[in-house]
Amino acid sequence: MEYFLQQALNGLQLGLVYALIALGYTMVYGIVRLINFAHGDVFMVGSFLAYYAIERYALPLPAVFGAAVVGCAVLAVVIERVAYRPLRNAPRIASLITAIGVSLFLEYFTALNQLFGPNFRAFPRPFRVVSVQAGGIEFTNLLGIILAVTVVCLLALQHIVYRTRVGRGMRAVSYDHVTAGLMGVNVDAVISFTFGLGAAFAGVGGVLYGIAYPQIHTFMGIMPGLKAFTAAVLGGIGSVPGAVLGALIMGQSETMTAAYLSSTYRDGIAFLILIGVLLWKPTGILGSPRTEKV
Amino acid sequence: MILETAGLVRHFGGIKALDGVDIGVRCGELVGVIGPNGSGKTTLFNVITGIYRPDGGSVRMEGASIGGLPPHRITRLGIARTFQNIRLFRELSVADNVRIAHHQHVRYGPADAVCRTGSFHREERRMREEVEGFLSLFSLQDRRGELAKNLSYGDQRKLEIARALACCPKVLLLDEPAAGMNPSEVAKLMEFILQIRERFRLTVLLIEHQMRLVMGICERLVVLDFGRVIAEGVPSAIRKHPRVVEAYLGRNVPSGNRIHG
Amino acid sequence: MELLTEIVGPYWIQIFQHACIVAVSALGLNVIFGYTGLFSLGHAAFYGVGAYTAALLMKEFAGENGDAGFLVSQSVFLGSLLAGGGAAALMAWLVGLPVLRLTSDYLGVATLGFGVIMKVLFDNADAFLPQLGGARGMTGIPRMTSLPWVVLALTAAVLVVRNVVHSTYGRVLVAIREDEVAAGAMGIDTYRYKAIGFTLGCSFAGVAGGLYAHLYCFLHPSSFDFFKSFDLLMIVVLGGLGSMTGTLVASFGWIFLLEGLRVFLPPEYLEFRWVLIPVLLVVTMLLRPQGLFGVRELPFLRSRV
Repeated sequence: MEYFLQQALNGLQLGLVYALIALGYTMVYGIVRLINFAHGDVFMVGSFLAYYAIERYALPLPAVFGAAVVGCAVLAVVIERVAYRPLRNAPRIASLITAIGVSLFLEYFTALNQLFGPNFRAFPRPFRVVSVQAGGIEFTNLLGIILAVTVVCLLALQHIVYRTRVGRGMRAVSYDHVTAGLMGVNVDAVISFTFGLGAAFAGVGGVLYGIAYPQIHTFMGIMPGLKAFTAAVLGGIGSVPGAVLGALIMGQSETMTAAYLSSTYRDGIAFLILIGVLLWKPTGILGSPRTEKV
Repeated sequence: MILETAGLVRHFGGIKALDGVDIGVRCGELVGVIGPNGSGKTTLFNVITGIYRPDGGSVRMEGASIGGLPPHRITRLGIARTFQNIRLFRELSVADNVRIAHHQHVRYGPADAVCRTGSFHREERRMREEVEGFLSLFSLQDRRGELAKNLSYGDQRKLEIARALACCPKVLLLDEPAAGMNPSEVAKLMEFILQIRERFRLTVLLIEHQMRLVMGICERLVVLDFGRVIAEGVPSAIRKHPRVVEAYLGRNVPSGNRIHG
Repeated sequence: MELLTEIVGPYWIQIFQHACIVAVSALGLNVIFGYTGLFSLGHAAFYGVGAYTAALLMKEFAGENGDAGFLVSQSVFLGSLLAGGGAAALMAWLVGLPVLRLTSDYLGVATLGFGVIMKVLFDNADAFLPQLGGARGMTGIPRMTSLPWVVLALTAAVLVVRNVVHSTYGRVLVAIREDEVAAGAMGIDTYRYKAIGFTLGCSFAGVAGGLYAHLYCFLHPSSFDFFKSFDLLMIVVLGGLGSMTGTLVASFGWIFLLEGLRVFLPPEYLEFRWVLIPVLLVVTMLLRPQGLFGVRELPFLRSRV
């Protein structure tokens, strides 16, 4: 039982990081219907920015987060401007291909020796990880911090989407680009903002991921990106609560598979769950069913 | 009765789009379905053709129950349709649009296609001739190679009817065939519908807002409102029917007022 | 034959063979995605099913060196290839029946998931069949793939796709892509034909996988992961969805670009290969969102209306 609860906590920690990445997938998909495959690599860049902020410039923790958040947001806005916006009226598959292209580019470009380099880096811990034992279960301050940061991010997102002007713009654009434009919403600006905001959360996720699983390299974004994206689909892509729910499920399924079966089956089980859920609810757990008007 | 519905129900969430619809169409009849926006006309067509499953009630085609069958089975039983918001295969040629509708009557197998056997060539030639026939009926034969999306709006509507006819139906459902047409085009269309009915011995059920067309050619009208049949009869009677007038114009209108398109 | 090898060298002959194999697989994906409009991100998994099936059969029935006599071993090889295609087709049918109820991006995600699951199974395949090698890779596959075989396979693939596409069956697939509801209303069993299109395309991947297995004589699960599915997707989109010509040109362009850069980039810049390729990819897509060929075809691949 203690073992199970301990694993559940580990799964929660992983799931929370996935949730931060999944937010960007779900927001971008909600607004431009694009599976932004480069998002996982933006997350990787966030991790590396944090790495340099700590290792080279010894910045305090808030500044580390700041560097990752700003760096990722700017990167995502640039990517959108260069690789996606020109294709907004092209067939949807075209921007999916450029997304894959950007993803490959980020992975291999940053792996050049002149940049981050191709090697694994040990991520320096900006604070000491301490733990307390309670009922045979180990609670770490790391989990507490991850939980707190994620909750703050979610509350901030909730506030932005439902209480601000730009949030109203986001909801309008996700509903209908053209009409939103006619109603005076600056569609381009709103889309840029959405990319930036999603990437900012990925930046936060990158910092936390580095602290929690302190080995980083330029291909580290692929699998978490894929998992987070899967989580977003599982929960119902376009839905923020869905992304969080999906991410928590992914975190648990992965940890539990590794704990009770074998870590080699980890990815397989996660996707088995995804396919099962889609067959049961074709638009994800919290996704609104889409009926075509005939 | 060639086509019959009894107590047909279909809801979307809490809205009853069809709330117990009984209609019957006799073989060879030309029946119009009218009613205000949102009264359930298109939903009725969608349920009859299998695009939506009925939540209750029955649909019968020549006595056999077809409620809840998938669309292709219903089409093969002899019901073809057009769509209110034109649904052509836009990136395909005019000829291909009609040829696809003829698929169910093609008598060669996949192996014949891969090996391009004699029966493949024979059937393709026969199909080309048949398609040509349908196209010339609509004066579209000169546009056979054009992509459907490049046709004018009127031609697209015509192509939709041609495509439906190529399914070789017994019953043809037309969903607002005259939408967006000017009066002279409507007049031609009326003439045309009567012609194809004669020629292909069709039973026609049509949804239309243009009263000129409906009153001009339909032998009988069914009026829907809020998913129910509120009146049924010959056009001249429907015109004066108090519930119809009320449905279209609201209450407190002196009865006897005529409905104009 | 020997003369040709003499002139261009065995390395480039091998690359040419690889390009033909990729083209066969990509033609299959074009049937699925380009013509039928089914968004599949798991094509490499079917490629893998074909590869492992064919390799296993060949090892079982013709010995490790294929030393059973020329005619016998070639016939067994043909049988293995067809079995590889058949296994991929069977798998596609079984997976397709439930999964093809999903639409557009959800179908893509489900097939992507299937690809990941198959990769996990390939990784652990040695647990139930030691010959498959699992994560260590499968070795000892006889080298049976040759220039005539790949040219034959590619020619057959092109002819099959051309003849199907320009028949009533191909028109049905395209109609489903254009408007599934309207296709259903034309009496087409859309669900069944989607499964047929998917299965046909995957069987191409299976045959291509079998050829691949006997070209490099070594199979590793990482050759069939979702990145390889992305490669095929990029080829098909780059060439132009629904253009056989485009798929052929893009397949050869892709493989020769990859290998050409490997050979012609100065060694100290070799790691720039995968920096240049994505840039080229993105720029090409920006300039030609409809793919290099759009839906255009070489004359002998056109329909004669």
